[in-house]
Amino acid sequence: MHLVVCAKQIPDPETPPSAFKIDPQKNEVIPAPGIAPVLSQFDGIAAEAALRIKEKAGDTKVTVISMGAESAQQAIKQVLAMGADEGVLLNDPAFEKGDPHTTATVLAAAIKKLGHVDAVFCGRQAADWDWGEVGILIAEHMNWPVAIIAKGVELQDGKFRVQRVLEDGFQTVDVPMPSVITVSNEFGEPRYPKLQQIMQAARKTVTSWKSGDLGVDAGAVGAAGARLKLERLYIPEKEGKAEIMDAETPADQAKQLVEKLKAAKIL
Amino acid sequence: MPRNVLVVGELSEGAPTSTTIELVGAGSRLAGGGTVAVTLLGNGAAAAAAATFPAGATKAFTSDDANYDQFRSDQWLAAVESAFGLASPDLVLMAQSLVGRELAPRLAFRHNTAAAMDCVHLADDGGTLKVTRPVYGGNALATFSFATSPAVATVRAKSQDPIEPKAGASGETAELPAAGEARAAIIGREKVEAEGLQLQDAPVVVSGGRGLGSPDGFKLVEELAAAIGKDKAAVGASRAACDLGWYPPSQQVGLTGKVVTPDLYIAVAISGASQHMAGCSGSKTIIAINKDPEANIFKSARFGIVGDYRQVLPPLIAAIKAAR
Ligand SMILES: Cc1cc2nc3c(=O)[nH]c(=O)nc-3n(C[C@H](O)[C@H](O)[C@H](O)COP(=O)(O)OP(=O)(O)OC[C@H]3O[C@@H](n4cnc5c(N)ncnc54)[C@H](O)[C@@H]3O)c2cc1C
Ligand SMILES: Nc1ncnc2c1ncn2[C@@H]1O[C@H](COP(=O)(O)O)[C@@H](O)[C@H]1O
Repeated sequence: MHLVVCAKQIPDPETPPSAFKIDPQKNEVIPAPGIAPVLSQFDGIAAEAALRIKEKAGDTKVTVISMGAESAQQAIKQVLAMGADEGVLLNDPAFEKGDPHTTATVLAAAIKKLGHVDAVFCGRQAADWDWGEVGILIAEHMNWPVAIIAKGVELQDGKFRVQRVLEDGFQTVDVPMPSVITVSNEFGEPRYPKLQQIMQAARKTVTSWKSGDLGVDAGAVGAAGARLKLERLYIPEKEGKAEIMDAETPADQAKQLVEKLKAAKIL
Repeated sequence: MPRNVLVVGELSEGAPTSTTIELVGAGSRLAGGGTVAVTLLGNGAAAAAAATFPAGATKAFTSDDANYDQFRSDQWLAAVESAFGLASPDLVLMAQSLVGRELAPRLAFRHNTAAAMDCVHLADDGGTLKVTRPVYGGNALATFSFATSPAVATVRAKSQDPIEPKAGASGETAELPAAGEARAAIIGREKVEAEGLQLQDAPVVVSGGRGLGSPDGFKLVEELAAAIGKDKAAVGASRAACDLGWYPPSQQVGLTGKVVTPDLYIAVAISGASQHMAGCSGSKTIIAINKDPEANIFKSARFGIVGDYRQVLPPLIAAIKAAR
């Protein structure tokens, strides 16, 4: 089998709000000093899902692809260290500042170029723009079925049996091969690579493809092809500070709070 | 310029969901005299249509086929496609739900356009539709316009006000085809919802976080909710607490959990990460109980107690019981 993992590098979503800054002229996030970009959380979990299938099924290749800056090599190496076999970086100025549609166009072109693929694993959403669209759009490009927000995936009789997270519980669905599966945090933690694996991954070469290699029209991707136009990016005003109960003991603070709530007609 | 709007409605026990009513209201504000069509699929759809006209719909496209009761995106997409043909929409609205999350990108793809997900604000800016959505885990807001038409948007529950009901309003109806094939087969369904009051309906939500230190901590949180009233308060949790297996994921509040907008939200041992606040910042009043005076949660809270929840909750439970 050949499984593909789509992995994006993003600004660390755990950046403290005080260090999170926006350049209002460029409508861009200013990288927080000293905080390195990371592999988007859900994509590490998507890699874990693919690797568990590889281990069970045997004779399976896992390819990780990332569209992004040169630094996205890091995200690719991280998934290689986890156990993926090959990495592809899609790096081209023409790909920049796109939207989910242009991202999926580039990724789908790369997946087609990879040849035979049995499944694509994505995160449920990239933890920067939180769209939750690219996996679904890749499926549309390929004309494959998609199962989104998975918490479990198993190969069963040539199909994927996927456990999905719903608003009020879970659902089990069977999707045929090939298909796209997007993975959620309920799946569990991704593995920690061993030092030796990290060193091996560091030595692996990552293939690099540009728009010409993929045969995508540079005018149809990135900012030029984006169908969603970013008008404004801003940090919403946060209201002031909480009124902290200042009584001496926890018991008195509790009473003080209940008095306040009664006075404000909240209780 | 009038705008034709198509709302992909959803049913709950044979009635349009409250979000459907909100979307129809938002649609009628944005239509500027255009039509506001709504699709309703599944058991009871035809009868449910009547409830959408006072809410602002001018047309309802329905299919009573019970095969639509469980959402299968291939089947729903085909039905929405036929409604699309009848409505010629300039704008398609869906809930940020199981349905909208999957259907919006697929519908947009098929019409060479784009979907903006999880919008909290929809506005007509001199004839141009602009949608605003939280990004970067709720740290920022981003406003987008569409370079292509129609615009497709999923909308966060409770972010739109319904319109003042138009008593006696009626509209056109048309029937959509019965469900066709679906490539994914549903094998099983497991409900793991808390008993009694649901999170999104509760006027009070009491949530616990990783700072509880163990699943046992939720017992005190549940006691606090019970003291406020079993018919009033539901219990939620942060993702950290859910990921640790301390509380069911169905009770997770936040960006990737549920969005709640209660009158009162009590956060116990929760740090107030932006991704958590994304699910509760619409609450009327937030109370935070946290041992760290610098915790981010105190920036959004109206009242706070700085202290160990183990010492704060028992007297708080007693004081609330005494006050009732
Ligand atoms: C893409 C993405 C999506 C996410 N989605 C969600 C989501 O939907 N919902 C969500 O909640 N999170 C979400 N998160 C995670 C989020 O970033 C935080 O990691 C999480 O909310 C932290 O949970 P917490 O506040 O319970 O834990 P912590 O951040 O560990 O905070 C624990 C708090 O408890 C306090 N505390 C400790 N002991 C005590 C005590 N004895 N008494 C009182 N206080 C005490 C501490 O001071 C601390 O403030 C998401 C993250 C990402 C990247
Ligand atoms: N630039 C990218 N490179 C690789 N994969 C991506 C990229 N953008 C999005 N994805 C994949 O698509 C998923 C959903 O992204 P999004 O629709 O942007 O929220 C992510 O979790 C990744 O698996």
